Amino acid sequence: MQTFSGLFNYWVVIILMMMGFYMVISQHNLIKKIVGLNVFQVSVFVFYISMGKVKGGTAPILAEGIEIYSNPLPHVLILTAIVVGVATSALALALTVRIKDAFGTIEEDEIEALEIEDQAKNQESLS
Amino acid sequence: MIATQLPILQVILPLIMAPIALIVRSPRTVWMLTLLVTWITFCISLTLLMQVLEGGTIVYRIGGWAAPWGIEYVLDKVGAFVLVIVSAIGSIVMTYARRSVEAEIQEDRIYLFYTMFLLCLTGLLGIVITGDVFNLFVFLEISSLSSYVMISLGKDRRALTAAYRYLIMGTLGATFYIIGVGMMYMMTGTLNMADLAVLIPSIADSRTIQTAMAFLTVGVCLKLALFPLHLWLPNAYTYAPSVVTAFLAATATKVAVYVLIRIVFTLFGDVNILEGLGVQNILMALAIVAMFAASIMAIYQDNMKRLFAYSSVAQIGYIILGLSFASQVGVAAGIVHLFNHAIIKCAIFMGLGCIALRVGGVSIKNMYGLGYRMPWTMAAIVIGGLGLIGIPMTVGFVSKWYLVRAAFEQDMWIIAALIVLSSLLAIVYVWRLVEAAYLKSAPQDAAPISEAPLSMLLSLWILALASIYFGVDATTTMNIALDSADTLLNGGLQ
Repeated sequence: MQTFSGLFNYWVVIILMMMGFYMVISQHNLIKKIVGLNVFQVSVFVFYISMGKVKGGTAPILAEGIEIYSNPLPHVLILTAIVVGVATSALALALTVRIKDAFGTIEEDEIEALEIEDQAKNQESLS
Repeated sequence: MIATQLPILQVILPLIMAPIALIVRSPRTVWMLTLLVTWITFCISLTLLMQVLEGGTIVYRIGGWAAPWGIEYVLDKVGAFVLVIVSAIGSIVMTYARRSVEAEIQEDRIYLFYTMFLLCLTGLLGIVITGDVFNLFVFLEISSLSSYVMISLGKDRRALTAAYRYLIMGTLGATFYIIGVGMMYMMTGTLNMADLAVLIPSIADSRTIQTAMAFLTVGVCLKLALFPLHLWLPNAYTYAPSVVTAFLAATATKVAVYVLIRIVFTLFGDVNILEGLGVQNILMALAIVAMFAASIMAIYQDNMKRLFAYSSVAQIGYIILGLSFASQVGVAAGIVHLFNHAIIKCAIFMGLGCIALRVGGVSIKNMYGLGYRMPWTMAAIVIGGLGLIGIPMTVGFVSKWYLVRAAFEQDMWIIAALIVLSSLLAIVYVWRLVEAAYLKSAPQDAAPISEAPLSMLLSLWILALASIYFGVDATTTMNIALDSADTLLNGGLQ
């Protein structure tokens, strides 16, 4: 079992997870960050789904002649997590729209420059 | 009949009220409904605390399903105590909120703000009361998502980017947490905290469990803004509406600390991860760096909200330092500082909210001469500031006294000295505010301003007086904290 192919799903999980995480950290475009966040979350979904699968098992519905069932609990859990993930993405995208309206850009470095300008303006108006 | 249902009512009431607020829409009515709900939850949590103190841990089975199959709500001393903190702050903030919200949030969005506030309260209360690690994740996300929205309601356009950054960091933290939960489930097949605490010790040496622990700790530390993971906090607190800052500063990070307490002392209680795996040294080092680095950052801020946001990061350092001692006095100091810091910070941010309402800004230059122009507001903020420093007769002193005692107990003289030294930094940043408010005079052309409205002043002073009362007579809070620490250190939930 403990071979590369036996743990195939988990390799996929790790690769996806690291890709997503790297995208969140390295990308400067707000939308690309959200994409990265999604990839990161999806890796966790795959992780849970793989965990619940029993080799040769079927869906947990009582039927004659079937004795091995997969564990449905992780799958149910991850349904909840998927919903949470969708809500998070929706909110993040909505915020991005508002940021685009307010700053006119969704590139992080440009936004930062504008924020520093705001800061300077605040100080001017006070002195 | 209804008495046995209190644990669930605590969470359900604000949850039900949220969609009702969405339908009602009229700002005034929605505010009154929210106010009512927050005070009811406060009363419920007080009753629950009494019950727990008298009769021990309360277990509530949702739908009558026995654990570990069903979801349990479990309330022990530390849980009940944090529950009271959250709901008390919620109700006082709501009493304060109406005028401040009217001034800072667009009128057609006010009812949405209250909806989000109720959802956030639901999430925070749920995190504290649940005895199921996955259920905790769901509540964590309810509270987080609603707090992102509340922060983005700020007037300044930088509130949007602050909310976005918090969303990214917060989601990473929550996802780390859920990875950890998954790994624990793989090894034990259960999600119930009490069950996990029993099953984990026998497999604690496995790599999966240790990785799980690492994910859980880092994820939660992101949420509670422990020093190098605090980057989302200053901007979020600075640009959020005043009410939101006051509420989140006093509750959100505190509840995340509570989750860390649950992970370290309940789930991994018998494994002793603090000493066994070297987590203690890491947490202690980060806590001390937080105390100094964040305090020094605070000194250089010109925006008062930002100054006290950095101070929050420093104060979280004290709480984590207390926990990392892993002794009864140390953990108790951490728990009592949860309460004390919640009161102090809520008061200070409320005071800044009053100033924002009357003066229009919270920059250091706005503070000039305010000690004479808004004497009551400024006095309350200064009382809060004294608490941050840890002057005797304020709550801050109680926390620091016990922290120093915990350090002495373990012969960590250097750490005791560092605690005192970092308090000196707090004097510096609080003094900047005092100097501006009392020793500088207001600009000549300043428009005449009146004191803040009564509803706001009243809530502000309730907290300011509470910070003195619990500083003079700390027996109630300290006894609860010492008892909680004792149960936590001696094996978790039961």
